[in-house]
Amino acid sequence: MKAAHTKRSLPKPRAATLLWLLSLLCVSTLLIGLSVGSTGIEPLWNFGADSIEAQIIWDIRAPRTLGALLTGALLGLAGAIAQGLFRNPLADPFLLGSASGASLGVAIMLVSFGISPLATQWFVKVGLTGAAFVGAVFAVLLTLSLAKGVQHTLRLLLAGVIVGVVLGALTSLLSLTRPDILQAMQAFMLGSTAFVSWSACSIMMIVWLTCTAAGVACSRGLDSLALGEATALSLGLPLAKLRGALIGILALATGAAVSHTGLIAFVGLAAPHLVRAIVTVRYAWLLPLASLMGALLLSLADLFARGLVAPQELPVGVLTAILGGGYLMWLMNRRSLTHE
Amino acid sequence: MSKTIVASSLGSLAIETRDLIVTRGHATVLKGLALKIPKGRWCAIVGPNGAGKSTLLQVLAGILPYQGEVSLLGQPLHQHAAQIRARRIAWLAQSSVQSADDLTAYDVVMLGRLPHQSWLGGQSLADHAAVEYALKLTQAWEWRARALGTLSGGEKQRVLLARLLAVQADILLMDEPLASLDPPHQADWLLLVRDLVEQGKTVVSVLHEVTLALYADDLLVMSNGQIQYAGKRDEPTLHRAIETVFENRIAIQPLGTRWVALPALS
Repeated sequence: MKAAHTKRSLPKPRAATLLWLLSLLCVSTLLIGLSVGSTGIEPLWNFGADSIEAQIIWDIRAPRTLGALLTGALLGLAGAIAQGLFRNPLADPFLLGSASGASLGVAIMLVSFGISPLATQWFVKVGLTGAAFVGAVFAVLLTLSLAKGVQHTLRLLLAGVIVGVVLGALTSLLSLTRPDILQAMQAFMLGSTAFVSWSACSIMMIVWLTCTAAGVACSRGLDSLALGEATALSLGLPLAKLRGALIGILALATGAAVSHTGLIAFVGLAAPHLVRAIVTVRYAWLLPLASLMGALLLSLADLFARGLVAPQELPVGVLTAILGGGYLMWLMNRRSLTHE
Repeated sequence: MSKTIVASSLGSLAIETRDLIVTRGHATVLKGLALKIPKGRWCAIVGPNGAGKSTLLQVLAGILPYQGEVSLLGQPLHQHAAQIRARRIAWLAQSSVQSADDLTAYDVVMLGRLPHQSWLGGQSLADHAAVEYALKLTQAWEWRARALGTLSGGEKQRVLLARLLAVQADILLMDEPLASLDPPHQADWLLLVRDLVEQGKTVVSVLHEVTLALYADDLLVMSNGQIQYAGKRDEPTLHRAIETVFENRIAIQPLGTRWVALPALS
């Protein structure tokens, strides 16, 4: 009781301050990311003269470091939208099955056209993003129809898990039919930033800017949905259109992230929660903040994945799954303590 | 079977329904309901659980499909564009339903200004003024920066009430607005409603507190999806009708110039 009181009386940092702080931290991890390689950490300024090393930084480290930031930003944004849209604090692109749908979309493209996930051509990347988008929309709709709506947290999560498992199995089955790309597929499915190219970065950047702008434009709808669907309707909001638009944004952000880095769990879940723990804000602020928080989380995880066992590296998806799983358990435990 | 309130002043009507039928699933919740609620008065709806009171308010708020005729301020409800309707009639949900725990009280009340804002337009000075006025009216201004989730049930209810007031609609619908308020704030609510009515607003409230409902100008007695009686506060036949729909488990007695409903323990 006393603790709760002191917590209330603490001055909350302003949203704008947090926005600058997160941006600054993201830039810092970007700079650190440029100096982390298979040989460990080396300060950036040691590379200036050598053209081979400059090439390593420009062609390998820069796109993947930027890619990690962008993927995290897309997932954080998608998570915040999912939680607002479904009025469910445990909604997340991964738990809703949309990430698995996106991944299936990518697998279908790769297998039917025999493309490697390592391909860097523009049209391939755009095609993969499109396929992932369609897969993500399909998976969200499937989860919603299985859960018969969004009201029941447990039903929604169970439906998401079922959709995730079934679509995941289909994806594995598809990859087995093409032994030549199986290994690349496997690495991709574990979630990794190792394949991110400059073309992928550009696509993710465009999608991120579009989705953030569109999400902020719909943010009042998300705010009013927090008062319940009926109240939102009574305020004259076009709910059906709004929901369609938000599912579209959610699927596009998820699809763009998954088609370039595979399945990366829990970033979308944790990022909005961490922001809410620091500030109480409207969705117009929460969406960009959660997005930056996601970028920071994933780029930090990526640094660890690359640096922890250098010169080898861990797939970052494995790392976030372990860390995120622990976070989710803590969250559920805390919720059950405070709500029951 | 259905009866109507006849406006004493014969001023124009705020709300009128004819042959109103609402079905939910396989159940018919409202069964051919007809009513007339005059402008500038407070009408309280009383009746047992499952009578269709909340459903009626939701139809009037324009958020439930229905058959029959409903008109607001003389114009059919279905002809209203959503935003225009939302400016004319504001609805407060039962407090148990849902609350925006992660928004500040101020931002919640600002949502009441949505019907006055364009999709991408910002919040005007008038919006901020309306929010401040509403929060001060329900004595919730102090907590404007706090998250709704950190407020008690009664405090939350006063913020949600301010959200309703911020719409500045001509007709205000409130579903059990007193449920989590303590007696002093229930009295404040009565004063607030009286002020609203004096300003020319129409208030329609569903109340389980029959004694407080007997402060309203007019009462609608509902049970089983129909209006069993409609009358003015002091009519003895109204009091008998209320006792009847509650299976004579309450007795309405005079106390000074007012009425009280007491449990009948026979």
